[in-house]
Amino acid sequence: MSTVKLTVNGKAVSVDVEDRTLLVHLLRENLNLTGTHVGCDTSQCGACVVHVDGRAVKSCTMLAGQAAGSNVTTIEGLAKGDELHPMQAAFRDNHGLQCGYCTPGMIMSAVDIVHRHGGKLDEETVRHELEGNICRCTGYHNIVKAVLDAAGRMKVAQAAE
Amino acid sequence: MIGVYTNTTPVDAYRGAGRPEASYLIERMMETAARQLKVDPAELRKKNFITAFPYQTPVIMAYDIGDFHASIDAAMKAIDYAGFPARKAKAKASGKLRGIGVSCYIEACGIAPSKAVGSLGAGVGLWESAEIRVNPVGTIEVLTGSHSHGQGHETTFCQIIAERLGVPISQVSIVHGDTDKVQFGMGTYGSRSLAVGGTAIVKAMEKVEAKAKKIAAHALEASESDIVIENGEFKVTGTDKSIALPMVALAAYTAHNLPDGMEPGLKETAFYDPTNFTFPAGAYICELEVDPGTGKTSFVNFVAADDFGRLINPMIVEGQVHGGLAQGIGQALLEGAVYDDTGQLVTASFMDYTMPRADDLPSFQLSHTTTLCPGNPLGVKGCGEAGAIGASAAVINAITDAIGNNKLEMPATPDRVWHAIHG
Repeated sequence: MSTVKLTVNGKAVSVDVEDRTLLVHLLRENLNLTGTHVGCDTSQCGACVVHVDGRAVKSCTMLAGQAAGSNVTTIEGLAKGDELHPMQAAFRDNHGLQCGYCTPGMIMSAVDIVHRHGGKLDEETVRHELEGNICRCTGYHNIVKAVLDAAGRMKVAQAAE
Repeated sequence: MIGVYTNTTPVDAYRGAGRPEASYLIERMMETAARQLKVDPAELRKKNFITAFPYQTPVIMAYDIGDFHASIDAAMKAIDYAGFPARKAKAKASGKLRGIGVSCYIEACGIAPSKAVGSLGAGVGLWESAEIRVNPVGTIEVLTGSHSHGQGHETTFCQIIAERLGVPISQVSIVHGDTDKVQFGMGTYGSRSLAVGGTAIVKAMEKVEAKAKKIAAHALEASESDIVIENGEFKVTGTDKSIALPMVALAAYTAHNLPDGMEPGLKETAFYDPTNFTFPAGAYICELEVDPGTGKTSFVNFVAADDFGRLINPMIVEGQVHGGLAQGIGQALLEGAVYDDTGQLVTASFMDYTMPRADDLPSFQLSHTTTLCPGNPLGVKGCGEAGAIGASAAVINAITDAIGNNKLEMPATPDRVWHAIHG
């Protein structure tokens, strides 16, 4: 057992876990943040994506211990109170989800994509960048639309700040 | 009967369950026939469309309505079918093999008339149930046996109620997927939820409205036949007298002033057993390019023109089609359970089994033509599986058109396509 100290969604936490514990299990089982999903356990599907120090990471591939001292953001930490993050709002407005299983990972990956590419996103880039997130419901059509929509919204929000 | 152990993956019904296989076979044969007859594939289909309804098929089903010409015309227009030869020539000049593939499907949804499935050996009836509870404050709970796992029943079913009563959608809630609460139900499958489950809701609503009208007429001292429901109010037609739904609901539960002999409460149940299947139909056309050097397929355009009858929520309908198309395309190009010579499954995780990723698929161009389903009061047909039913043949017809070789198995991986080109 080890004590892992990290910041999750802005709150400092200290958790005693077995050394083999994966970050996703620390989040889901120790902190009860079940918005982050486990889809495939093999780092293919992307349902478990969270941000670690601002970068999208598949949390089923990272040991909890590797995240010690890091700043982790999960889907639960994305909205500002009742105000959805522009990416969440865009997914809702564009019907970018159906069953919702892939959605938290999709949104966390998509936010990272927009951060990395800024306003220079096009459909081809979004589709290429979403390669690590699998969806069985939407055919990606409305997810791609949502990410492009959100990229515009995030640019406007950034300009306003 | 012989039972055997096997090490192969268990299989079960999958989106479309039987219709993708049938549709694929028919539409590959149509394409092959057109090529052998040297007739335009779209024209050959048009020559063979059924145009008079009802049309009794040899296998129980009687097609109730459809306009297959409208679907294919819409798809051909959307993809600029007439302009394809020029685009093919242009692609050839840049070393790419361009192909176009048509697929027209019809399927049977709205599963199912219990009598019909009984004659086919089903052990159960395939009706659906609904219970409507109007609470004393006028909020409405709908219990349905057709559960939702992302198809948006919570929205579409609420829309039906909200539209009938003229109340905000927020006043209606759906309860599903909980056998502690929903006593009877047959579930969601076969694109039946709206046609069968939705109609059960309508039938229960008719009972609720009939009772509520009696209560309203009694309260307003008017004739029951003069009561109309508008904007959440029960109005005496031709007058300014009205009573709002919450007051009718409250009256039903206080029971201080109900018509003589009426039971208190405002809660009704209906079971709906459809009289026929529904028959969604449509035309899909796929245009793509094959790189002869690698065998890799790239989409240029994919158009879908579907007739689902009345659309209650077009956004949700389109989402269903997108997902179905992705599954049909996945089957055509990418997905397959592969075993090696020793029987070992070598596609046991997403590392090896190719689920379609975002960059494997195009954006889809959808349109709708409409013939209202005469078999249910909503005029709806079902949209959940269409994409998966019609897409695969369109893709394979397009690839075989592009490469000029009609022999190609699904999934048409670059390896298979390359060998089909080069032998």
